[in-house]
Amino acid sequence: MGSSLDVARWQFAITTVYHFLFVPVTIGMSGVVAYFHTQWVRTHRPEYYRLTKFFGKLFLINFALGLVTGIVQEFQFGMNWSDYSRFVGDIFGAPLAFEALLAFFLESTFLGVWIFGWGRIPEKLHASTMWLTHVGTVLSAYFILAANSFMQHPVGYTFNPTTGRAEMSDFVAVLTNKVQLVTFPHVVLSAYMVGGAVIMGVALWLLRRDRDTDDAPMYRKAVRVGAVVSLVASLGVIVSGDVQGKIMTEVQPMKMAAAEALYDTTSNAPFSVLSIGPLDGSSATRIIEVPGLLSFLGTGSFDGTVEGINDLKVSERAMAEKVGQQYGPDVAKLVAADDYTPIIPVAYWTFRLMMGAGFLTMLFAAMALWATRKNGVPQARWWTWIAVLTPLLPIVANSFGWIFTEMGRQPWLVYGLMTTATGVSPSVSVGEVWVSMVVYTLLYAALAVVEVKLFLTYVRRGAEPFEDPADHADSAEDAPLQFAY
Amino acid sequence: MDTLQLLWFGLIGLLWAGYLVLEGFDFGVGALLPSLGAGQDAEDTEKRRRVMLTTIGPHWDGNEVWLLTAGGATFAAFPEWYATMFSAFYLPLLLVLVALIVRNMGFEYRGKRDDATWRKRWDLAIIGGSVVAPFLVGVALTNVVRGVPINGDMEYVGNLFTLLNPLSLLGGLTVLALSLTHGAFFLALKTSGSIREDARRMGTVLGLVTAGLAVVTLLWLNLSTGSVWSWVTTVVAAVSLLAAIYANTLAREGWAFIGTAVTAAAAVATYFLALYPDVMPTTLAGGQSLTIENASSSPLTLKIMTGAALVFTPIVLIYTAYTYYTFRKRIGTQHIPAPVAVK
Repeated sequence: MGSSLDVARWQFAITTVYHFLFVPVTIGMSGVVAYFHTQWVRTHRPEYYRLTKFFGKLFLINFALGLVTGIVQEFQFGMNWSDYSRFVGDIFGAPLAFEALLAFFLESTFLGVWIFGWGRIPEKLHASTMWLTHVGTVLSAYFILAANSFMQHPVGYTFNPTTGRAEMSDFVAVLTNKVQLVTFPHVVLSAYMVGGAVIMGVALWLLRRDRDTDDAPMYRKAVRVGAVVSLVASLGVIVSGDVQGKIMTEVQPMKMAAAEALYDTTSNAPFSVLSIGPLDGSSATRIIEVPGLLSFLGTGSFDGTVEGINDLKVSERAMAEKVGQQYGPDVAKLVAADDYTPIIPVAYWTFRLMMGAGFLTMLFAAMALWATRKNGVPQARWWTWIAVLTPLLPIVANSFGWIFTEMGRQPWLVYGLMTTATGVSPSVSVGEVWVSMVVYTLLYAALAVVEVKLFLTYVRRGAEPFEDPADHADSAEDAPLQFAY
Repeated sequence: MDTLQLLWFGLIGLLWAGYLVLEGFDFGVGALLPSLGAGQDAEDTEKRRRVMLTTIGPHWDGNEVWLLTAGGATFAAFPEWYATMFSAFYLPLLLVLVALIVRNMGFEYRGKRDDATWRKRWDLAIIGGSVVAPFLVGVALTNVVRGVPINGDMEYVGNLFTLLNPLSLLGGLTVLALSLTHGAFFLALKTSGSIREDARRMGTVLGLVTAGLAVVTLLWLNLSTGSVWSWVTTVVAAVSLLAAIYANTLAREGWAFIGTAVTAAAAVATYFLALYPDVMPTTLAGGQSLTIENASSSPLTLKIMTGAALVFTPIVLIYTAYTYYTFRKRIGTQHIPAPVAVK
């Protein structure tokens, strides 16, 4: 049956990775749909109206799943991780409450207005409701990432020996954690990459299918908008990712060492693009090694010294023992672990898969921009593959990025303060965790099938013909609504 | 116990009240889909169901955020309460989440294909979810007030069947019945034509059933753990419910809806007043009850949270009110457009 720790971890991984398949699509697409809607209001050119409606529908099909899986996230900490919630709830709970109060209300309320607002509110106001939804999604990202950054690099807290828990000492420090300040742009820009890529991929597929129709210029425009958003965002992702690597090397050196499976402390450390064999420090063969690149990623200098796993194992244990001595025996239990090393192959490969998928997205976006210049339509058959892969790649890159950053932190739940093993709910039986994991997994899998089928149905249908909403205006009291469930 | 701890106990009560007042009616609308939605023929039934769902369409998602905010605020202001409560109610809470997931998907996906089987399945999800969720929320909240076995380490030591005690099951039925009544009054207020009249007729019957259930639940709770103030709010709940039913029979639909809203809020107030000064009492002799004092966050966290609540709650209330104002028009079957042309 496994321990409830293992099952609870798998459950968190499954529900969270699944949730985050939809989140970046929501953040990115809401921005682009808001842009199309604004362009419609400004220019009253039919193509913008049709694109708004078309991508708006795809956005909503995706949003529904992001929303419902997000409810689970809010309660999961208390259900499966009650000891974690008790120990750091004084700090960790606040950003979650802020997220609900500032972000969830905003996005949910105004998205409702947007969906049902066609023909019922002034058009400028209507376009602004999608912008408000978008702002809500970005705010939501800010607060939840502040909470996560506390786990990566706890700041703004003190240990209170009377209550036996970590308590907030500086909320501004929590919100402006240096890990947060670079993670937030990295994640939100990755979400724009995804949103742009979804728009580009879908529109590219339709452009090729409908190349001989009057719709071709509209789809070409959408391809180009999506590709530009994705490409520009990806540049920001690279810059923020680079800064993130240096901060990570400083605050979680073990994660950086794990990312390269670097066992011995090395200056001018190389970065291997690929490798063959076990990554246990024995005999892995590195393929295409770039000299000094790891040092550059970690320290900003090709000659910089990057600490290796073997040295870090020792220093992490010393850090844990120091924390234990400082805060007493109860905390000593929270920081004790057999081994302070994450699973190296997971860290090594997720790091590369993240970057590889990201770079491919950039390449495809650039190719699409080139091929659609001067009213071009990509002709070759393989463009279909690009249309299908472009939306998937950055989504996968997001997942691998998260698996890397979370698995790379292990065995810590809160770095240097609490191990994952000590965070689970003592009162929940392994059977109960199994039940919930099986229920979520089956339900999520079924919903994924339904979602993907519906999404593809609506993609194949393409944008609806233009119907001027002005024709509906001032209609009779009993006229049908422009939108109803 | 200091002022801020007390304030947050009250605010969390307010969030639960807001949740039951707002999502209460959309639960009711979802659960009434088979009865109130039944028309003369298949086409009429489909139109009636779409009218009902469209009345809550712009609102249900925002309504549900009250639950998320209640959860988040409990985490931030009373981490011990959050940890004990959600790990104790593990399986019922799992079911609530499943219920909310399938019904929310139902709202968004039901109309996306013009296919009777597709609609039927999502209708089942909406109806099932709208019955199960309020029932289990009622069971859970009643258990919180009644007390559950919690040991000296603030850990729950009961099991699923501990939670299915008569008082809590009755509490669950009461919340469900109140949601149905509230939903019927909402539909009477927001629809036109025969749905409106049917909703009124059904609302009176449902209201009387609710009154019976609510009186037993609240008396039981008050007699075991009540205070003077919880008796006062019980009277408020009872009077407002009876007034709502009366207003409904006079076809004063707005007043009827306000009446059940006050009932829901007063019922939650009764729960919280009966709970005070605990937040989760133990039924074990050697156990440790969670109290406002021993479950709360540090003064600094409470201060930060208070600032945020003071600034942002009014803003949320203003734009929420705006959406209800925007979509104030009654909807009838004549307003329902043709189904989307997707098979």
